[in-house]
Amino acid sequence: MRSGWANRGHPAFWAFVVHRISGVLLALFLPLHFLALSQAIAGAGALDAFLAWTRNPWVSASEVAVVFLLAAHFTGGLRLLAIEFIGWKVESQKALLALAGGGAVFFALLFALNLV
Amino acid sequence: MPEPSAAKNTGAGGATLDVRVWRGGADGEGRYQRFSVPRLASQTVLDVVTWIQRHADPSLAYRFACRVGMCGSCAMSVNGVARWTCRTHVAKVIEGERLDIAPLANLPVVRDLVTDMREFFDKWARAKGQFQPTATRHDDFAVVRPESQARAQVDAAIECIGCGVCYASCEVVAWNPEYLGPAALNRAWTLVRDERDGARLDRLAAVSGDAGCHACHTHTTCTERCPKHLSPTASIAGLKRATALAIIKGDL
Amino acid sequence: MSTKGVLEREPLSSRARGEARAWVAQRVSAAVLALCVLVHLVTMIVAVRNGLSADAILDRTRGNLAWAAFYSVFVLAVGVHAPLGLRVVAAEWLQWRGRSADIACVAIGLALIALGARAVAAVAL
Repeated sequence: MRSGWANRGHPAFWAFVVHRISGVLLALFLPLHFLALSQAIAGAGALDAFLAWTRNPWVSASEVAVVFLLAAHFTGGLRLLAIEFIGWKVESQKALLALAGGGAVFFALLFALNLV
Repeated sequence: MPEPSAAKNTGAGGATLDVRVWRGGADGEGRYQRFSVPRLASQTVLDVVTWIQRHADPSLAYRFACRVGMCGSCAMSVNGVARWTCRTHVAKVIEGERLDIAPLANLPVVRDLVTDMREFFDKWARAKGQFQPTATRHDDFAVVRPESQARAQVDAAIECIGCGVCYASCEVVAWNPEYLGPAALNRAWTLVRDERDGARLDRLAAVSGDAGCHACHTHTTCTERCPKHLSPTASIAGLKRATALAIIKGDL
Repeated sequence: MSTKGVLEREPLSSRARGEARAWVAQRVSAAVLALCVLVHLVTMIVAVRNGLSADAILDRTRGNLAWAAFYSVFVLAVGVHAPLGLRVVAAEWLQWRGRSADIACVAIGLALIALGARAVAAVAL
């Protein structure tokens, strides 16, 4: 028998989901990012044309989302490294989770505020 | 056991529980069967299951032994969460008037609420969860200081009674059929940190790889659910450190 | 009578050793990326403040060997970290394991490194 969602509704499990989903999305985003930067080979003009496109509000919003994903994956990863290698107690995980979550939001907000 | 009478239902006033119990066989095919069970004060889920088997349907199969929270035999899935039913008060887990009782997840079902625990214990053996002695009767007693860091780590994890709640709760066990699971790995850790044990490298090899400690993603569901408040997550993190060091040093 | 060596010394299977090494590589690359990502996040926030234009970016990065070196390390670390992560997701959620999955993992890594190297060259050289 498979365990259901009642089993999974605890904070550390959601932290895992965020970490995994953000990782997959970032992996999908990266080739696009590399291709965009490679536009610079064709000269500054080509890169500028691309950057003009990014000023579209939908694209800007996606950029903030990507920064959040990166920050979330980064802070979540630091939490895991702390638990695995420094042996931080799992019982203090709520503090670790709050730290990780707060840190991610902080970075994303900082980026968004500077973008606008 | 005397028939529960309405007069004894202090605080419950003759109320009944709407209980759904999973019934089925080894093929995994089954369905939930509904029972109306008299609600009593201080009733545990094991009380409910026992009442059903004695008064409603004697064909219900379930396991229990000590019924006082020492043996772990009565572990079942209660409203989707693995628990010791003898230590679970109905009042604490009931959703409205509803109680869902099913066999432990991640294990083959023998019948109804009884699971086949062989795989659980086979994985315990595969993780080399057996002590390997190095001394003989002619040697002096080993002197193990209880306050040493190694022994403190062993003591924190040694109380596992193999009830299977962590194994049933682990999502990685569900996603990765070869994964040894939190209990087996927790036991391996207690032996890795036991200074008298002679099979350290064998054990580190046994717990390495996608079937071993490296598959743990620190969901910590095991630690959340362990009725003895152990932390397999911490033990597995210890195994990760020990195996990584051995790999880097070239011992593995 | 010696009780030593009752447990037969079974060597770690090559598959399990590979998987364990992959785990170590994943964590090591994660540590490297932790530094790179921190620098990158701060850089992006500062860069966006000053306006994102090709000239503004390329002015800072073109011919700058320090940036080239930094982003090369970044790309290599990502080329290790991302495919290993995807490999685990594929195994657990798509039940895709074995040789074909391992080959796909390596292929994705090489592709990311190739694309990344091109991007670094475009911006820093």
